[in-house]
Amino acid sequence: MTLKLGVPSKGRLMDKTFEWFDRHGIQLSRTGSDREYSGAVEGIEGVSLVLLSAGEIPRELAAGRIHFGVTGTDLVHDKLPRWEQQVEEIAPLGFGQADLILAVPRCWVDVDTLDDLDAAAAAFRAEHGFRLRIATKYHRLVREFLMDAGVADYQLVDSQGATEGTVKNETAEAIADITSTGETLRANHLKILSDGLVLKSQATLWRSRGAPCTGDDQEVMADFLRRVDH
Amino acid sequence: MEDRARTLARAAELRAYFEQAGALPVETPVLQPAELLLDLYGEDIRGRAYVTSDALRGEQMLRPDFTVPVVQMHMSHGAEPARYTYAGEVFRRQEHDPDRANEYIQVGYEVFDRNDPAAADAEVFTLIAGALSGLPLRAATGDIGILTAAVAGLNTTAARKAALMRHIWRPRRFRALLDRYAGRTPVPPTRDALLAEADPLAAAGPVIGRRGRSEIAARVAVLKADAAAGPISKHELTALEALLAVRETLPFAQEQLRDVAVDLPQITPALDRLEARSAALAARGVDVDSLEFEASYGRTSMEYYDGFVFGFYAEGRADLPPVASGGRYDALTRALGDGAEIPAVGGVLRPGLMLALQEGGE
Repeated sequence: MTLKLGVPSKGRLMDKTFEWFDRHGIQLSRTGSDREYSGAVEGIEGVSLVLLSAGEIPRELAAGRIHFGVTGTDLVHDKLPRWEQQVEEIAPLGFGQADLILAVPRCWVDVDTLDDLDAAAAAFRAEHGFRLRIATKYHRLVREFLMDAGVADYQLVDSQGATEGTVKNETAEAIADITSTGETLRANHLKILSDGLVLKSQATLWRSRGAPCTGDDQEVMADFLRRVDH
Repeated sequence: MEDRARTLARAAELRAYFEQAGALPVETPVLQPAELLLDLYGEDIRGRAYVTSDALRGEQMLRPDFTVPVVQMHMSHGAEPARYTYAGEVFRRQEHDPDRANEYIQVGYEVFDRNDPAAADAEVFTLIAGALSGLPLRAATGDIGILTAAVAGLNTTAARKAALMRHIWRPRRFRALLDRYAGRTPVPPTRDALLAEADPLAAAGPVIGRRGRSEIAARVAVLKADAAAGPISKHELTALEALLAVRETLPFAQEQLRDVAVDLPQITPALDRLEARSAALAARGVDVDSLEFEASYGRTSMEYYDGFVFGFYAEGRADLPPVASGGRYDALTRALGDGAEIPAVGGVLRPGLMLALQEGGE
């Protein structure tokens, strides 16, 4: 048996993750052709690399099919309702920072807080005959956030990309999405609600609480944890 | 623990018991159109119900309760008055507590009757209490109608009353609104700044999306009117808080509520209805002197109750959901009645929990 480490399979997130592990004396690399998702681990014995889509890593951690995984706080919180029982946060990696926020058109001068959004949603429903649409891909997080705040008369519409454009295209009235600088929001004439921060996210190393770890693996686990802990 | 065959057998007995009381047995489809439930309960229902879909019918929900389809059925072709009973699975999505069942059997009894609502309330309560007799349960009761009457009669603007009424079932938001309207929490500085501007829409930039300039202007006007309106008086606020805090056995609760009615006279008709219900319960042999009454009871359940509400809870088992619950839902018949409406009250039991408690006690 080896311990399995799940890492995002492409892009900046993968490169930054490799750099982070390198600084901790563990060298990760992709092997084979550019299109082949297999990898190698050097600098520690008994750990193997699994390259996965960042969105699948929470599920694999929860199922115990990988022992460690790197993915964003946003994805873990959205996909795993009982994440505290399913995974343990080992280390924030200091990159991939992004906030999940609620944003409305900048022309809504009357809407600055969730309280305003709720009132605007009630009036919107009365005027248009349907509930105010909020475009997002983070359904559970946003729904729980709004339920907690007591916002009613809205509906979530699924948007897997180009979410900032949905308002102008009139497929949604507001959005909940990840932003790092707010540049895209401004370019699309949107503004963040003053109390509209749903979650602060960054790339994080997680440990599965359910993955089997016995015999020699326990030593490897302890070694791995020591290495990444500084 | 919950042996399915025995639960079904118990459910059948309970349904027969309600049939004997005069109810007509009815069935409803397991798949319900999602649109209607979303309209009634809002997006929150997605956290509570399983949603599925196909390309032809769009989104469907696995029946989260029987009340909505039974009300629909009655409103489209029911005789009057009517009593119905049903037994079957309901499905509740569970995301936080793995010990809570996501599928269980419910047996219900619903009464649609224009005559004597107090008697109908007492009928449903005592029939359900009768089915539960012998189990170690505690009954809780309340009345949402007293609270709605108090809000409807507040000495403030119609817009504020509508906002409070809309959030009666969301206690935290209700509280935040009340604090704002009473001047206990300051107006957000951004709103002050907005209202101070001569033309608030001047700096709005391009107007995008379906919510148009006229809607934005209309809400600015509402905010201006709200800023000009005086706060809800301390006097009314104190009385409303006293009302919300009432938690007593029924006779003492009634006494306290009559005291509140000195300051909030608008609740008097609702209190008269509460008294009529007490009398009807006593006439059916309920020990009303020891019956608990809580003015805020039923505000956090995601139901449509707007009058009498009740629940039966296992003593010393705060971990368990109510073994039975119910209430009056006149407004739901209005929402689904397409212009028609009828006073209605009903309740449901969970035979699986009843069996589990019975075994636990033996």
